[in-house]
Amino acid sequence: MASGDKLDGAQLIDFYRRMLLIRVFEERSAEQYMLGRIRGFLHLYNGEEAIAVGAISSLQPTDYVVTHYRDHGHALAKGMDPNAAMAELFGKATGCSKGKGGSMHLFDLEKRFMGGHAIVGGQLPLSTGFALASKLRGDGDIALCFLGDGAINEGEFHESLNLASLWKLPVLFFVENNLYGMGATVEQMLAFHDEIYKFANGYKIPSVRIDGMDVLKVREATQEAIAHVRGGNGPFLIEAMAYRFRGHSMADPAEYRARSEEERWRMRDPITTFGASLVDGGTATQEELDEIRTEVEEIIDAAVQFAEDSPFPEPEALYDDVYGGM
Amino acid sequence: MAVITYREAVGRALREALQDERVFMMGEDIGRYGGAYAVTRGLLDEFGPERIRETPIAESGFTGAGAGAAMAGMRPIVELMTINFSLLAMDQIINHAAKVRYMSGGQLSCPLIVRTVTGGGASVGATHSQSLEGWFAAVPGIRVAVPSTPHDVLGLFRAAMLQEDPVMFVEHTLLYSTRGEVEDEPYVIPFGRADIKRSGTDITIAAYSRMAVVAMRAAEQLESRGISAEVVDLRTLSPLDSETVVESVRKTGHAVVVEETWYTGGFGATVVGLIQERAFDYLNAPVGRVAGEEVPTPYSRYLEQASIPDEARVIQAVEAALGR
Ligand SMILES: Cc1ncc(C[n+]2csc(CCOP(=O)(O)OP(=O)(O)O)c2C)c(N)n1
Ligand SMILES: [Mg+2]
Repeated sequence: MASGDKLDGAQLIDFYRRMLLIRVFEERSAEQYMLGRIRGFLHLYNGEEAIAVGAISSLQPTDYVVTHYRDHGHALAKGMDPNAAMAELFGKATGCSKGKGGSMHLFDLEKRFMGGHAIVGGQLPLSTGFALASKLRGDGDIALCFLGDGAINEGEFHESLNLASLWKLPVLFFVENNLYGMGATVEQMLAFHDEIYKFANGYKIPSVRIDGMDVLKVREATQEAIAHVRGGNGPFLIEAMAYRFRGHSMADPAEYRARSEEERWRMRDPITTFGASLVDGGTATQEELDEIRTEVEEIIDAAVQFAEDSPFPEPEALYDDVYGGM
Repeated sequence: MAVITYREAVGRALREALQDERVFMMGEDIGRYGGAYAVTRGLLDEFGPERIRETPIAESGFTGAGAGAAMAGMRPIVELMTINFSLLAMDQIINHAAKVRYMSGGQLSCPLIVRTVTGGGASVGATHSQSLEGWFAAVPGIRVAVPSTPHDVLGLFRAAMLQEDPVMFVEHTLLYSTRGEVEDEPYVIPFGRADIKRSGTDITIAAYSRMAVVAMRAAEQLESRGISAEVVDLRTLSPLDSETVVESVRKTGHAVVVEETWYTGGFGATVVGLIQERAFDYLNAPVGRVAGEEVPTPYSRYLEQASIPDEARVIQAVEAALGR
């Protein structure tokens, strides 16, 4: 561990547990999708868990997180109850969004998880708004905004970086560069694809590129970025190199990429490699890690059961929450 | 009672709103320049640059920043220079601000006010003369206010500040210099209350924004021809006060619906639909519609005038509906 952040064994094991919770959540979600209990679009986060856990574990509880439609990992890392998340995927009344949002639109206001947003780039202007609200009130809270490499093509990315920089807003932009936006590679779609993080420099925003497959490196970089952002120095941008192990969504067999490429990245699985390092370093035994897997599976299986047992929203709920009161 | 302009009414409403610490404004050239329509003149000096925030020309970016700040508990007022430029902010207004309450199961709300300017007649060509407010009114989750007088501007803006949802507050380019009486006491005009601007017995003319003013002038002329027209100013398109419209038509037995935008897909079609559903048995003749000509608004003066409904066309439609 290179940063000044002193982590004890229990914390390291906790990162492992949090990453695994996301992985198992995604595995079970995929099964439930195949069973027809989860419908629509389902975008899984397998392979990118180190980013959500490394970054979000560095925040204060009142900091805002906002992200795209591949949002289960970010929601769970920000503390969303897995039951409420799974029930939302099932479209149940007990879901975090009462079944109105679905997989792509998870929300948890109490945890300051300000949503999965399914319009590519749409969360960027919102993130500057959260940061602006915090700055105007002097709250000291920051906004952490996740986006994909594909979102950089949208005007909203550029408009938001400019505004955030001009107004020195406390927002941390976090690009999850998983090399693809659906089936398109970053090379195909971005003229300046090889150094995405440098887009930020055009707006006078400092930035770094990091390895997104290593939870400790993500955490270290995020903490440095947060120190900058919370210190009133304006926004920061991190580009984390990662890979989604599955297709874009459950509907995508990922035929546009080589299996050998997938295999290469799977060798760097953020959970197994981190687990191995914990065992090698004597922080945990393999038995302890296996036990954690069992615990996590119990939590997620219970979430599936909860979702399954929960009622669908009553028909009368159709008109609830279109408008608020006067 | 004081007589002020429509522009002054907006300015007064904004100053009142800014008394609340959570309120701040964002928009292009709203500071030193004073706003493209001089509505925000003086606000920068009074409230400072933290609260009167001049933005880059990035409609989606700053409208979305407003939406985010509203979701985080502030009360932002965003100015879109004209409704034509709202097209660049459509994603934030419709996909985000209007959706977040429902999609979050009621956890988040977005009390964002977007002030903007609609309408033609200013010789600024097709890209700057549209009346798009009806598009927003078609989207659940948004409110749309379309005041026609200084009095209504003040009352409706105060109501907008009480909404828990995004509001499109749509001012009309040709109304800014019009004058009218406003009461001194801080009255509020709740959303969803149409105003019978003039009562009559022979026919109902339903209209909003500048077309309500045109309808009033038409009604005056109709009076001299022995026709008593009732003018219903809708004041908000969402919520729509269907009760007042239907009651009026049940009373008069005839109706003409007037709007500035194009016939196809115009908000007036919704009003006509409402009338035929709920007042059909009271109608003595088909409901008339007056709308803008279905062309991109031309620049040249007389062509432009020909493309926008005027009193003569309203009178013609009324006489046709009454079989005269
Ligand atoms: C405005 C918009 N355009 C297109 C889409 C369809 N779409 C959904 S995800 C996606 C790819 C986004 O890729 P990226 O930002 O790299 O995120 P990733 O899925 O790789 O995490 C596209 C094109 C959309 N949802 N919104
Ligand atoms: Mg991608």
